[in-house]
Amino acid sequence: MKVKINGQEKIFSGELSLKQLMDELKLDSSKVAIERNLEIIPCSEHSITQLNDGDNIEIVQFIGGG
Amino acid sequence: MQNKFVIAGREFTSRLLVGTGRYKDFTETKQAIEASGAEIVTVSLRRVNLDNTGQGSLQDFIDPKKYTYLPNSAGCYSADEAVRTLRLAKAAGGWNLVKLEVIGDKKTLYPDMVETLKAAEILVGEGFDVMVYCTDDPDLAKKLEEIGCAAIMPLAAPIGSGLGIQNPLNIKEIVQNANVPVLVDAGIGTASDAAIAMELGCDGVLLNTAISDADNPVLMAKAMRQAVKAGRNAYFAGRMRKKEASPSSPTQGKVA
Repeated sequence: MKVKINGQEKIFSGELSLKQLMDELKLDSSKVAIERNLEIIPCSEHSITQLNDGDNIEIVQFIGGG
Repeated sequence: MQNKFVIAGREFTSRLLVGTGRYKDFTETKQAIEASGAEIVTVSLRRVNLDNTGQGSLQDFIDPKKYTYLPNSAGCYSADEAVRTLRLAKAAGGWNLVKLEVIGDKKTLYPDMVETLKAAEILVGEGFDVMVYCTDDPDLAKKLEEIGCAAIMPLAAPIGSGLGIQNPLNIKEIVQNANVPVLVDAGIGTASDAAIAMELGCDGVLLNTAISDADNPVLMAKAMRQAVKAGRNAYFAGRMRKKEASPSSPTQGKVA
């Protein structure tokens, strides 16, 4: 399965939920926001949302800004 | 009224809002923000760096339970981009309060007011409390208020320029016409600029670079805190009339 995350292509074997992806990337779901194919997936749905081949994922977080 | 500072139904004590950008590290960010006394801090939203996810995050140093995060749409050049960013910010933090900014020009960083008005309408419609960065045009400021923005935030001067208040007449005009808080956002360079904004009657000041780019950011943060309070008090105290010279000491009884 080929998925684009923050502009980078990643390849995964087998099924993967957004929650599992977060664990794999060592990210805290409560501190980021995720968009899949331009649609925001709320934190409460990360574990029931499966990644599909060709998905475009954006993972963002708060950083310093003015 | 003097001490009540209410934004979107929430009361705050500090009228100084500060950014969290441009500091040398998170420790300096934390120290400067503590010294500023600010309760609301602006933050930006950016892609997570996938090659380096183990690092500490802003939230580890600036506790979102202690400070009110005000996510911005900095770097967005269209209404669509800004709305998308602020929806993501809401998903990341769960907050409704946002700072809308739509930039029109890469060099001047001047706001694109057509896109700003468009984005404000969408966000207000979706239930966001929108604090909006805008030009110092009194007519457009009024339009943003009519759309339902929670606070109007005209620039003092271009973002990051530190040039101070370029058009005090317009800022005053916006303040006098507004029924929502007016904050000067962007262009403040030093403490006296913040004091002048408050003397003009602004409800608050939002700044970042004036503190982060000072030689001693923590000391400048303290100075800004004092300046905002001093300016607010001066506004209410009512300044003396400007007039010809008149001595402060009695002319009678001088030794002869």
